[in-house]
Amino acid sequence: MKKIVSLLAFLLSFNVLAGLRATGDLGIVIEREDGAALIINTTEHKQLAKIGKLGDLSHASVVFSRDQRYAYIFGRDGGLSKIDLLQDKLDKRIIQAGNSIGGAISQDGKLIAVSNYTPGGVKVFSSETLELVADIPADYGDGKRSKVVGLVDAPGQRFVFSLFDAGEIWMLDMKNPQKPIIEKFKNIGKLPYDALISPDGRYYIAGLFGESGMALLDLWNTKSGVKRILPDYVKTEEKLPVYKMPHLEGWAVAGDYVFVPAIGKHEVLVIDKQNWKLVKAIPVPGQPVFVMARPDGRQVWVNFAMPDNNQLQVIDVKDLSLIKSLTPGKAVLHMEFTPRGEQVWVAVRDDDQLVVYDTETLQEITRLPAQKPNGIFFSARAHKIGL
Amino acid sequence: MKKWLPLLCITTSCLAAEPSPERQTILLNLLKNDCGACHGLTLQGGMGPALLPDSLAGKTDEFLVSTILNGRKGTAMPPWQPFINHDEALWLVGVLRNGKH
Repeated sequence: MKKIVSLLAFLLSFNVLAGLRATGDLGIVIEREDGAALIINTTEHKQLAKIGKLGDLSHASVVFSRDQRYAYIFGRDGGLSKIDLLQDKLDKRIIQAGNSIGGAISQDGKLIAVSNYTPGGVKVFSSETLELVADIPADYGDGKRSKVVGLVDAPGQRFVFSLFDAGEIWMLDMKNPQKPIIEKFKNIGKLPYDALISPDGRYYIAGLFGESGMALLDLWNTKSGVKRILPDYVKTEEKLPVYKMPHLEGWAVAGDYVFVPAIGKHEVLVIDKQNWKLVKAIPVPGQPVFVMARPDGRQVWVNFAMPDNNQLQVIDVKDLSLIKSLTPGKAVLHMEFTPRGEQVWVAVRDDDQLVVYDTETLQEITRLPAQKPNGIFFSARAHKIGL
Repeated sequence: MKKWLPLLCITTSCLAAEPSPERQTILLNLLKNDCGACHGLTLQGGMGPALLPDSLAGKTDEFLVSTILNGRKGTAMPPWQPFINHDEALWLVGVLRNGKH
């Protein structure tokens, strides 16, 4: 009998070992039309699972718990879904608003904040239970509520976001979840459409759709207020029609340089972080949407709005010039670097594919099928400020 | 019955030639993905307003076609003229009013 028990124990332990999975090299790929998320392994280039019934994911984004076990998916329809990467399943899901655009996880990992269009504002939830912790309506006078964009986490258990309709930046301090403190910065510019925070959590920059330039808030020095940078970029009269709003997430910073998409222009702007002046406007063959730096900052990869959305351009940061044009397929929507940047994954929506490139040789490594993929998010984001 | 078809078309707004099946596929894809980027995959609105039959009910075809082709100044709506012609815009308006896409 003892023999059988020990044999059983042995077999069981073997089973447990076989089922073990680490999550540090996993990721989520959003399949917009299926309303599904793929769990993928970035080391093995493998799809591990597909989690469905996640609602309207036409503009979905993802953050990860600090233990990298859970992915939180923010859907267009106000859905907030918590996915368990260890067990390939939906852990919890709530509909928290009518229409939402993105979210962030707090410094301590305990809070999830979501930015909403309808009703306009930010809601904060417990990352564990998804229970509501705080509701921050984006009121800006006369009962009007603004759509909220560009929500990021910041050091000091804070969230920073922009009010699209109101032209304001708000800083939300959640140190005491029962008593949220809001600091408002008004008249920052017309129609901020998205924002980013520097990887050190110091600078918050909102892009403006309604006028030229960008709004900069130095979180180390909030008393000096919001400053306008690049006031001449891009002037309304020279702006081309914008078929897709640029995304500022994934701030591309390399040394002293910051790379941002010019809105309504076929240019990537290079800004000097010391004085916030324009260093160079790099001409590119289309309107940039995502401008993302390889983690080591040597390269910047750019994708484009339609009708130029079949290509990717690679900028060499050393001499600020284009070094490679790639055509992965139809409708290149998003890209994500592996944590140390030796590879990049690219979502090609209309070809139903994910393409993986070697960033050194700029050669394609492999392709994986995915139904209308539109966003790729790796769990390494768990430990990055602002992502 | 065939004789009456042209007449029927005059009374409704299908004077415009219907796009070819291939173009229809392209247009529906555009509607879902590119319009959907701002108006939502289910067209319930996002940065742009909802495009559901109810929300379009009070607006004329002419106004909607012009909005699609020329965009709306002061908003994020761009002109789609480079990619869509008048008849195709009118067809899309019909699709939106129908609510089945």
